[in-house]
Amino acid sequence: MSLIVILRVALKALARNKMRTTLTMLGMIIGVAAVITMVALGNGAQQQIEEQAEAAGTNLITVRAGNWRRGGVSMGVGGAPTLKVKDVEAIREQVPGIMYIAARVNTRDQVIAAGQNWSAQIEGTDVEFPLIRHWNIEHGTFFTETHVRSAAKVAILGTIVRDELFGEGADPVGQRVRIRNQSFQVIGVLESKGSGQWGQDQDDIIVAPYTTVQKKLRGRDGTNISGISLSAASVDEMQAISDQISEVLRVQHRLIPGEDNDFMVRTQEDMVSFRSSMTETMTGLLAGIAGVSLIVGGIGIMNIMLVSVTERTREIGLRMAIGAKGRDVLMQFLVEAVVLSVVGGLIGVAVAFGVADSLTRFLEWPTAVPTDIVALSVGFAGATGIFFGFYPARQAARLDPIESLRFE
Amino acid sequence: MGDVKVPALRGVTLSIDAGEFVSVIGPSGSGKSTFMHILGCLDRPTSGQYILDDNDVSRLSRDELATIRNQKIGFVFQGFNLLARTSALDNVELPLLYRGGMRTSVRRDRAKKMLVEVGLGDRVDHHPSQLSGGEQQRVAIARSLINEPAIILADEPTGNLDTQTSIEVMEIFQRLNRKSGITVILITHERDIAEYGTRIIHFRDGKVVSDEPNSARRRANSESEYVATNTAAVGLDPIRSASS
Repeated sequence: MSLIVILRVALKALARNKMRTTLTMLGMIIGVAAVITMVALGNGAQQQIEEQAEAAGTNLITVRAGNWRRGGVSMGVGGAPTLKVKDVEAIREQVPGIMYIAARVNTRDQVIAAGQNWSAQIEGTDVEFPLIRHWNIEHGTFFTETHVRSAAKVAILGTIVRDELFGEGADPVGQRVRIRNQSFQVIGVLESKGSGQWGQDQDDIIVAPYTTVQKKLRGRDGTNISGISLSAASVDEMQAISDQISEVLRVQHRLIPGEDNDFMVRTQEDMVSFRSSMTETMTGLLAGIAGVSLIVGGIGIMNIMLVSVTERTREIGLRMAIGAKGRDVLMQFLVEAVVLSVVGGLIGVAVAFGVADSLTRFLEWPTAVPTDIVALSVGFAGATGIFFGFYPARQAARLDPIESLRFE
Repeated sequence: MGDVKVPALRGVTLSIDAGEFVSVIGPSGSGKSTFMHILGCLDRPTSGQYILDDNDVSRLSRDELATIRNQKIGFVFQGFNLLARTSALDNVELPLLYRGGMRTSVRRDRAKKMLVEVGLGDRVDHHPSQLSGGEQQRVAIARSLINEPAIILADEPTGNLDTQTSIEVMEIFQRLNRKSGITVILITHERDIAEYGTRIIHFRDGKVVSDEPNSARRRANSESEYVATNTAAVGLDPIRSASS
């Protein structure tokens, strides 16, 4: 029998019992749909990370004080006061290819204005901050060199802080806010930036000169900083620049060869790849779990095919009596199993596209269905059909025609 | 209990010529079913020979036997053995699928003609559940004829049918035998059904107890209301139309 004829025979046999066929396919449909939806979610998250990184500026480099480990003890980032203001100067002077650079001192504190209060991230930085972060001012102005030098008590508000303290959309420029019992003058409001790479709200922020945060809010002497933000002139030189920054800082901090860095230099690229690998692990895990349902679907097919062989013993006997060879019967049942799994898989693909689309439309979760996963899961479904369909098909092919014809 | 071998057939030696209408009769357990299974190439004798068309088929492989069944033998069963939820046309077409090498349109045409032959030209798309017992058996006969077999093996073909329908079925067999020269081997336990054959072989306890020409042959075609139909496919005579 030619393959086309076998396929037709199998399709007719499946059409003869539509309910059973549908239920059997359901396992495959759910399995394939689950795998593809999971991967689509992971893929969508991945693309979002890349887009956000793009928006944040791909030439961003950050230096943080402290390191994950030091002498076997984990210090945590920012846990050690190792970065100094003079490190910023050294980097600016010795590392070529840097476009903008700003010291960072950050803290978190309660902000009070007009009877409202709000706990916000307070970012102490330098005048080049808006250029490094590609962040524009909505109202008012950013602070100047003079403000930094004099540790002036001026503040620029993120939109969330502005909304909480002064009401949505208000222009608070010229008003005053109190932080740690000190009065700050609001001189500007930052444009809204939305959620950041780690899901935090970037607009929940108050920006002030780093000197002010150092001296007025953290009570430090004015040499320790928590980090340095800088932007490279060219994206291609990111790695070179980041290496040179390390060199300069090691010399600055008098670290002997072999000693761990007491700071951390991270490029935007590093952060993207770190987050990507996290997302990938998550996606892999979810797809793996979903993959289990594919195997369960395959076992479902084997179950139904075994029942089907018993139920259709007379049919098999008859087919053999009128000339079906063992191979013909084997192929018919195998093709039935493969059709069940592949058609189920294809419906699963359609369902996955629908689910992914709905997730994006109604929950605003980013999704992207990758074509290779579609091909892979349909292929895997087919392979499952062959694997789990073979045993029942062989049982059918081995039946004795006489006994089968007598089977009640 | 253990394995005690009970031979179903012992010392049966006989030959059937092409074009005979042989009735095999005997009580249950007499070995007539085993005899039919061997003749039908469904089973192989543990010892002895079965020569079909000058070939010893008793030692052929399962696949080779399947090919012989497909091309030389047409089976008609007591329980019809039609595929449920499958049109008469698809049922009749089935042996052609296993034969292979025929285009779909040719297969369909041939199956349709065959249904016309047995008087079911207007039941082509009916499923077995929509047909009477007699009609189902005629679909089964059409199926057995589609590959133009040399032999029709009918195992209790009237066992599930009433008297009138039984006569109609026997009439088809007699006609096939007489006009097309097809060898008909009929297994039955009913004496009056056996009498439609030209020769009656009597089985008991695995042995042939009598093998004689049938002197009192019955004829089924007393009422002659035949309608001419297309008989080109297998050279059959027209058979009574169902519409009459």
